[in-house]
Amino acid sequence: MRQRLLATAIATALLAGLVTACGAGDAADSKIHLTIATFGEFGYEDLLKQYQTEHPNIVVTQHKVGQAAPHHKELFTKLAAGSGLDDIEAIEEGYRAQVMAKSDKFNDLSKIGPADAGPDRWLPWKYEAGKSKDGKLIGYGTDIGPLAMCYRTDMLQAAGLPSDPDGVKALFASWQTYFDAGKTYVQKTGKPWFDTSTQIFNAMHNQHDVGYFDQSDNLVVASNPDIKKDWDAVTQAIADKESAKLVSFGNEWQAGFKTSAFATTVCPAWMLGSIEQNSGPDNKGKWAVSSAFPDGGGNWGGSYLTVPLQSQHPKEAAELAAWLTAPQQQIKAFVAKGPFPSQVQALQSPELQNTTNAYFADPKTGALYAELAKKLTKAQYKGPADGQIQDDVFAPALQAVEQGKSATDGWQQAVAGAQKAAK
Amino acid sequence: MTLTRLPARRPEATAPVAGRPDRWARLDLKVSPYVYVAPFFVVFAVVGLFPLLYTGYVSLFDWRLGDDTAKFLGAGNYTELLTDPQFWNALLNTISIFLLSSVPQVIVAVAVAALLNTNLRLRTGFRMGVLVPYVASLVAVGIIFGNLFGVNYGLVNSLLDLVGIGRIDWQANRLASHIAIATMVNWRWTGYNALIVLAAMQAIPPEMNEAAMIDGAGPWRRFTSITLPMLRPTIIFVVITSTIGGLQIFTEPKLFSAMPGSDTGGSTGQFQTVTLYLYQSAFDNQRLGFASAIAWVLFLVIVIAAVGNYFITRRLAR
Repeated sequence: MRQRLLATAIATALLAGLVTACGAGDAADSKIHLTIATFGEFGYEDLLKQYQTEHPNIVVTQHKVGQAAPHHKELFTKLAAGSGLDDIEAIEEGYRAQVMAKSDKFNDLSKIGPADAGPDRWLPWKYEAGKSKDGKLIGYGTDIGPLAMCYRTDMLQAAGLPSDPDGVKALFASWQTYFDAGKTYVQKTGKPWFDTSTQIFNAMHNQHDVGYFDQSDNLVVASNPDIKKDWDAVTQAIADKESAKLVSFGNEWQAGFKTSAFATTVCPAWMLGSIEQNSGPDNKGKWAVSSAFPDGGGNWGGSYLTVPLQSQHPKEAAELAAWLTAPQQQIKAFVAKGPFPSQVQALQSPELQNTTNAYFADPKTGALYAELAKKLTKAQYKGPADGQIQDDVFAPALQAVEQGKSATDGWQQAVAGAQKAAK
Repeated sequence: MTLTRLPARRPEATAPVAGRPDRWARLDLKVSPYVYVAPFFVVFAVVGLFPLLYTGYVSLFDWRLGDDTAKFLGAGNYTELLTDPQFWNALLNTISIFLLSSVPQVIVAVAVAALLNTNLRLRTGFRMGVLVPYVASLVAVGIIFGNLFGVNYGLVNSLLDLVGIGRIDWQANRLASHIAIATMVNWRWTGYNALIVLAAMQAIPPEMNEAAMIDGAGPWRRFTSITLPMLRPTIIFVVITSTIGGLQIFTEPKLFSAMPGSDTGGSTGQFQTVTLYLYQSAFDNQRLGFASAIAWVLFLVIVIAAVGNYFITRRLAR
C-alpha cells in the first residue's frame, strides 16, 4: 500500500512537471525575445520596461558593460566568431570606423527599419556618420558630445582671473588664450591648470576637419600639420607645468577632482556626470560650465545602435532601436542618465531646454549644450584605427612626456606607434 | 600473512573455467587501466594539445580577427617578431619581473616554512594565515595594489614621503614598476609555496636531525646539510611552477596600468609583459596570426627556462 502511494505520488509529480514544462515552453515560443548590449550609461532601463508594457509580445533583456573598450573588444570577437551577439549592439564614435569596415556583417537599417526613423530625425552629420562607405545605414544615432569648458570658479578667483560666465569667455577664446591663462594661473598659484594633456589634445584633435586618416584611409599623422601643431602646443603646456599629469578616467584622475588638483577640464556633455560623481558633494556649486570653447566648439564621442546580421529577429530589433532613438525617448534617457540627444526635435524641445543641473554654478546645462549642439555641422572623418591611435598611441605618448620624456622623443614614439597600429 | 596467501589464491581465480570469460578477464586486465586514465588524456587533447597545435597553424598566416580569407605567410610572423623591438622589450620586462618575483619568493617561502615548522603556539592558525593572500581574488589584489602604488595619492608614496625617502613614480620608472608588480606576485604566492615546502619539511625523518644533533651540528648546519638537500625535489617543483607562472604574468601588469583597460603596459611599454603584448596584438590590433606566433615563442621560452632552472636548482641544492 505504501509503495503504491509513493508510486502514484511520483507519477503525479512527473506529470505535473511535464505539463508545466510544456506550458512554459508554449508561452515562451509565442513571445519574441530581444537582447540589447550597451556600455556605460545609456539611460534605457525605464524605457525598456515601458516598451515591454506597450508590446506585450516582446521580452527585452539588456546586457550592460561598464567601459566602452571591453564592450567593443567583445563585439569584434563575437562578430568574428559568427555568433553570440545581441540583437541590438551599441557602438561608440571612436570605434565607428572599425565597425564600418565590417559593415557587411550588419543589417541596413534603412531597409529593415520603420519609416519614421528617417534622415530628418537626426542632426545631418550624425545621420551621415551612421552610414557605411557603400551607403548602408548601420547605426541609429543615440547621443552626441558637444564640447564645452568646465572650470572651478573659486580657484580662478583665487588666482585673480575672471570667473563669471562673460569674463571667462576671453580666457577660453582660443587655445592660445587658454594656455596663456594657464601660464598666469600656474605662476600665481603654483598649481596645475588642467587635469591631463590627453584630454586637451583629444579635444583639440576632434576640432580639425582631417584627423589621423584622410578620406581614403591613408595615415596622415606625420604629414598633417594640425596634429603636430597641437602636439607642440600641448607639450609646451606640459613644460609650463600646466598639466596635473593625471591619467584620464584612472583612479588618480578621479581622486584629483575631489582634491581640487586642477582648475579646468574639457567638458563634453557626457562629462558632467563624472565631474559631479568624482568631485563629490563638498565641491557642489564650485564647478561652472562655459559655452565658450577654445577655437570654437566641437564634438567628442556619442553612440549608435546597430542590428548585426546575427540577430534572429532583425525587424523587431530595428523597431526597438528606432523607438529608443526617437526624440521623446532620448530626452527621457538624457533626464535619467545624461547622454545628450542627437535628434533635431529633442534639441528644440522645452523639456531639454529647461533641464537644469543643480550641481553646477550656472545650472541651465540643457539650454547651454543644446545651443552648442546646433552649431555643430560636421564630424571629423575617422579612419580604421582611429580609436586605437587615440587610446593606445597618443595617450601613452603624451603620458610619457608628462613623465619626463622629451617632446621630440614623444612625437617619434607617437608616429611610430600610429604606423604600427595602422598596419 | 597476506603476502603468502595472495599467490595461492591467484591461480584459482584465473583457472580456465571457460574460454570466453578468461579472454574477457585478460582484456580487462590489459585494457581497462588505459580506459581509466583516458578521460585525462582525452580532455588534455581537446583543451590542451589541439589549441597548442592549432595556434601553431594560425601563426603561419596573416590572420586578422573576423577575416574570412587569411593570407599564408610561412615564417613571416616569426621573422617580424624577432626583429620587433616591442617584443624584445616585453621579453626583457617579463624576465625582470620574473626574477624579481620568483627569486625572493622561493627564498622567503623556505624561510617561512622553516619558521612554521618550529614549535609555535597556534601553529595551524599561522599555517592557514600564510595562505590567505592566495584565497583573495587576483583582480581584487591587482586593483588594491594599483591604488597602493598610485603616484599622487597612493599609500606607499605617502609613507615614503613621511620617512623622508621621497616619492617614487611607480608608473613611469621602469624598475620601480617591475618591483611594484613583483610585490603583487610575491604577496600572493609566497604563502602557497611556503606550505608546499613545509609539507616536504615534515616528511624529513626526525632521526636524521637527531643523529646530527648528537654529532654536535647546530641548527644552521642541520638546516643547510640536512633540510635543504632533502627539500631538493620540492624546491625544483616550486621553482618550475613559479617559472611557468612568472613568465606568463598578465593580470598584474594589466591592472597596474594607470590607464583603465589599457594593454600598453605603461606610457612607453615599461611594464608590458609578453602575454600582455600577445593580448594587445590579438584583441586590440586584431592580428591573431602574429599573436599566435608570440604564444609559440613564449612557449619555447618557458620550456627553455624551466629546463634551465631544473639543472640550476639541482646543482645549487646538491
